[in-house]
Amino acid sequence: MAAAATFLRPSARAALAGVWLFWSAPATADPLPVFEVAPGVFVHAGRHEETDEANGGDIANCGFIVGNDAVAVIDSGGSPTIGHRLRDAIRVHTDRPIRYVVNTHMHPDHALGNVAFLPDRPDFVAHVRFQAALAARMDHYRQAFDDAVGTAAATEVRLIPPTVVVTDRLELDLGGRVLDLVAWPVAHTDNDLTVLDRQTRTLWAGDLLFMERAPAIDGSVLGWLRTLDALAAEPATRVVPGHGPPSAPWPDAAVDLRRYLGRVVEGVRKVQAAHGTIQQAVDTVAADEAPRWRLFDSYNPRNVTAAFAELEWE
Amino acid sequence: MTTPHRTIRTLSGAALAGAAWLCLGSAGALAASPQEERWDLLRDMYFSGRTVEDAGPLLSLEAPKRANDAAVVPIRIVTAPGNGVAVTAVHLIVDENPVPMAATFRFPHGDNPQAIDTRLRVNAYTNITAVAETSDGRLLRTTQFVKASGGCSAPALKNAQLAVARMGKMKLNLPDSIVAGKPLTAQLLISHPNYTGMQYDQINYYFIPAHYVKTVAIRYNGQPVLDVQSDISLSEDPSIHFSLVPEEQGTLEVTAEDSNGRVFQESWPIRANSGS
Repeated sequence: MAAAATFLRPSARAALAGVWLFWSAPATADPLPVFEVAPGVFVHAGRHEETDEANGGDIANCGFIVGNDAVAVIDSGGSPTIGHRLRDAIRVHTDRPIRYVVNTHMHPDHALGNVAFLPDRPDFVAHVRFQAALAARMDHYRQAFDDAVGTAAATEVRLIPPTVVVTDRLELDLGGRVLDLVAWPVAHTDNDLTVLDRQTRTLWAGDLLFMERAPAIDGSVLGWLRTLDALAAEPATRVVPGHGPPSAPWPDAAVDLRRYLGRVVEGVRKVQAAHGTIQQAVDTVAADEAPRWRLFDSYNPRNVTAAFAELEWE
Repeated sequence: MTTPHRTIRTLSGAALAGAAWLCLGSAGALAASPQEERWDLLRDMYFSGRTVEDAGPLLSLEAPKRANDAAVVPIRIVTAPGNGVAVTAVHLIVDENPVPMAATFRFPHGDNPQAIDTRLRVNAYTNITAVAETSDGRLLRTTQFVKASGGCSAPALKNAQLAVARMGKMKLNLPDSIVAGKPLTAQLLISHPNYTGMQYDQINYYFIPAHYVKTVAIRYNGQPVLDVQSDISLSEDPSIHFSLVPEEQGTLEVTAEDSNGRVFQESWPIRANSGS
């Protein structure tokens, strides 16, 4: 029976994800490496790269928390393949049911793995604005994924609507283990959600915390700074960033991000006070931050542009 | 003061037109040189039967090589009329966008050089095209290729709630020093979500209809300075830098109307130092 079960499980998945198996069969039995950053809290650290064919969307942190009764996935990875590999990693560590897939926000490098968990019939949990934000961008994300990873890989990409939305706060009980979910005002995006594991005082910050990799402002730079203030008061000693090491001490881990965002605000205000243009701001603002961040040149111009449009309405 | 008021709401054709054009665009993309195929299509659509020449020195267009933020791509158009030929209008087109025509700027003083800065949404790798109309009846075209940004950069609203709450507010930014008779550059900002028709309302389960600033009329002391017709390819909170020659005392008036028939009006006094 055990042999039959282990046989049936992967073949059932194969039927659901046949196209994916066809183009990338060698990756199927390749669980993502995960670190147990605290008892029962497992994190996979993504690479500091842009999504491409080689990394297959493995560019953001994702992972899971194991309770007595159930497992919660926190972010599902940047492609259906990464989602499948995360699911394989979960099954290396536990056979408890995957009851929740929590998305910290709508960016594709965190959410495109959702589809891999459909066979588990979990609740997909996200911020109340997650679905609208993703729907508005989904065609764009699908096209960008197709361009970066390939058409075959993109065929499995799907928008999975949340089944549970968080407007303010929500508790998820995994059995002897309660997760506190908080939906934040506009910051990194307009649908940032954090997860606090009470038991280990671990704060899963999603992209409200970038470390090492240059952050992307896709919401409000001022809102993000305010949210970081509020997050510093969360009763956590450890944080899981959306990009960076699997975990770091909280709140010290946010020092670099706060400094960078502060410099963007200060620099853009200065250019605006002198009636400068977006391009002038892009060329000068926060330039001395370059050596401190990976992919800086890909994201700083974008951040300065976004901040410019935001701050001229102050 | 902003005085929004509703008039009869008219059904916007932009979303429907956009869908139709997307299909045509895909058909065009199957051909050998997609950018020129696309342009042929757009030329027939917007300038049917007319010759469109290369612009030469009368018109220039500046755009970043890469769209840093796909929702806010800064563009600059400069006209250089001369030899008795005025540039009376410039059409700004984002070739690959669902509704490619972003805006038409009409210059009542087309015999003077004009500089316009604005911001565009860019959906994909695309040519951005400017087409000038001259007083001697010619159409002049120049283009810049813009690469779209990767990953999480989409031409979507970052803060949809705020965009709605602030709708219709305007700002005018003027230089610190204003001298009568000397051309200046002013920036007009109009807060508006400029909904593309592609944003989804999760609460009510429908695509929010296209809702965007459609016309902007700028008058100085009662005289027209600039008239703009715009569409969903302009960024949210449309921004327009324009040229103006101030007198010692003057009032700038702006009237904007959106695709739902809402009218926004505001005026500002402009005091200039004596030019002598």
